[in-house]
Amino acid sequence: MSRKIRVLIAKPGLDGHDRGAKVIARALRDAGMEVIYTGIRQTPEQIANAAIQESVDIVGISSLSGAHNSLFPKVVHILKEKKADDILVFGGGIIPVDDIPSLKQAGIREIFLPGASTEDIIKYIKENVKVQSPNFK
Amino acid sequence: MSKNIHDELAHWEKTTLQKTLSKSPEREPSFKTTSHIELKRLYTPLDLAESDYCGELGFPGEFPFARGVQPTMYRGRFWTMRQYAGFATAEETNKRYKFLLEQGQTGLSVAFDLPTQIGYDSNHPLADGEVGKVGVAIDSLKDMEILFDGIPLDKVSTSMTINSTAAILLAMYIAVAEKQGVKSEILQGTIQNDILKEYAARGTYIFPPLESMRIVTDLFAFCKEHVQRWNTISISGYHMREAGCTAVQEVAFTIADGIAYVEAAIRAGLDVDSFASRLAFFFCCHNTFIEEVAKFRAARRLWSKIMKERFKAKKDDSCMLRFHTQTAGCSLTAQQPDNNVVRVAFQALAAVLGGTQSLHTNSRDEAYALPTEDSVRIALRTQQIIAYETGVADMIDPLGGSYAVETLTNEIEKKAIDYIEKIEAMGGAIKAIESGYIQGEIGESAYQYQKEIERKKRIVVGLNQFQIEEGPLKETLRIQPEVEQYQKEKLAKVKKERDNQRVKETLAALKKAAQGSENIVPPILGAVKAYATLGEISDILREVFGEYRER
Repeated sequence: MSRKIRVLIAKPGLDGHDRGAKVIARALRDAGMEVIYTGIRQTPEQIANAAIQESVDIVGISSLSGAHNSLFPKVVHILKEKKADDILVFGGGIIPVDDIPSLKQAGIREIFLPGASTEDIIKYIKENVKVQSPNFK
Repeated sequence: MSKNIHDELAHWEKTTLQKTLSKSPEREPSFKTTSHIELKRLYTPLDLAESDYCGELGFPGEFPFARGVQPTMYRGRFWTMRQYAGFATAEETNKRYKFLLEQGQTGLSVAFDLPTQIGYDSNHPLADGEVGKVGVAIDSLKDMEILFDGIPLDKVSTSMTINSTAAILLAMYIAVAEKQGVKSEILQGTIQNDILKEYAARGTYIFPPLESMRIVTDLFAFCKEHVQRWNTISISGYHMREAGCTAVQEVAFTIADGIAYVEAAIRAGLDVDSFASRLAFFFCCHNTFIEEVAKFRAARRLWSKIMKERFKAKKDDSCMLRFHTQTAGCSLTAQQPDNNVVRVAFQALAAVLGGTQSLHTNSRDEAYALPTEDSVRIALRTQQIIAYETGVADMIDPLGGSYAVETLTNEIEKKAIDYIEKIEAMGGAIKAIESGYIQGEIGESAYQYQKEIERKKRIVVGLNQFQIEEGPLKETLRIQPEVEQYQKEKLAKVKKERDNQRVKETLAALKKAAQGSENIVPPILGAVKAYATLGEISDILREVFGEYRER
């Protein structure tokens, strides 16, 4: 029997637009995942630390203020430094399509843009996170 | 007469209507607005049979202002066309303002970047990646001088979307005006200064609620003496609506916040008629056209009654709900973005039919980025077409008297009152925000809305129906990363050239005022004039007032 997928939804930087982050957090919960939402104004360090402390499988980061190029890669980088790069990172928000290749290059696995449905995100997580009960590890 | 209509309506339902319904049922079993108001198929004089025209609607420019706040409305002067703008540096934004004024815009509206809104200088570690992104970066009076260079502050009115740091930015504006030889007494404009909705939705708070409310009321008191024509607050439903609440919730939460501000000002010793006429409001205009028109009318009537009956305001001006409108950013789609031009046009028309005093129309490309100059021009032209071509501005409140509009106006007002009473029972808006009630209500509505879209209960053209294969938008505005470096260098230069002794003294004076009960705006003005930076001034206040942390 597999355990529940654990997800951290996070808002890096100073952006206060968290409608999307909250809607996604709730949709993932309704889809049977365990979700922690950080609240707004988190630094990349705080997000990486929370991800490790909460032993999540995947982190979703959202920014609508245009700071993604600077902040998203830092989250991945810090996770790597702390040897927690088995935790996947995906992102979303107001992100120009031109920025996606460099974000993926930096280790952000997927980027969801305006109009993406919560179903798309649930499907993505289920396909990419493989969880097993600790007993079977 | 109404008995007759009653019989005739029953007859129509039994015969003509029934015949059609039996052959072809309606699209849905029931029709509801976004605020869950069940809509009738047809509204008739019967729905308004109880209404008292003079008491509930009255005449424009008179209590209860349901039909508009000015006696001539747009026959006298169109609403102010005010596009919210700001990005990168003061230099670049100044150019955009001059472009907008050349294109016939009639007022300025400043968008600040997030570090400016949250009290960090551009070189602060938390400003990393955010400098100049969602608005213009302002670190010191120097930037503000550049922002308004060549723009006569005695001629334009300027709205500033600034809350936690409103006192600092207003002080900078006053200082720039002074350098232009313009006295503060004649300055016209607005500071948003609505901290309560920052905790509820928008997120640019710095200090705890009580300390924040002190800054708000200090600003009321200061402006009453020195900037009498300034709107000291713009009590905003916009951001709560954008965060997902319904039209009724928008009215209710905004007015509940308004009540909290009036109470705080009265507690601070101000007479209600000395400040109430400078309170302004800010609403969103979404797609559900009739509900939106009714919403504005209901808000106006409700506020006027509260001011008169509850707060015993004597002056008519104190009871007037004057408001700015912005079209709904959250209604814009990244898919088939040109369709957004149409959405914005309908929303803008509803705002005008609802009697707005000023209007911002969103641009088609804002689901991607800040708008390009071309997109902003179309948005502004949309307002100009409504003003000059449609004729809706040539009579006052043209939808007034519509059975449907009046009924919805009544229902929205009633439902908003229910909410406000619930909030009052919790101890008022501040308590309702501290307990997370308002945030919870907003979040619940946002989630339901998203689910409706995903289940296709709500159709968004181009998003969940009528889709096409398309590539991403080609041309969008990009903020160059060099902006951050440029801004940091400018800041370092200001710090090097200013009189640091004077900075120290003025900041010490501010600290003393903040620790006591003295109005903090004059010492902020002193510090700003000495080129103390926004971050330095905010740090002093953080030290004295502490910082708010989200629950």
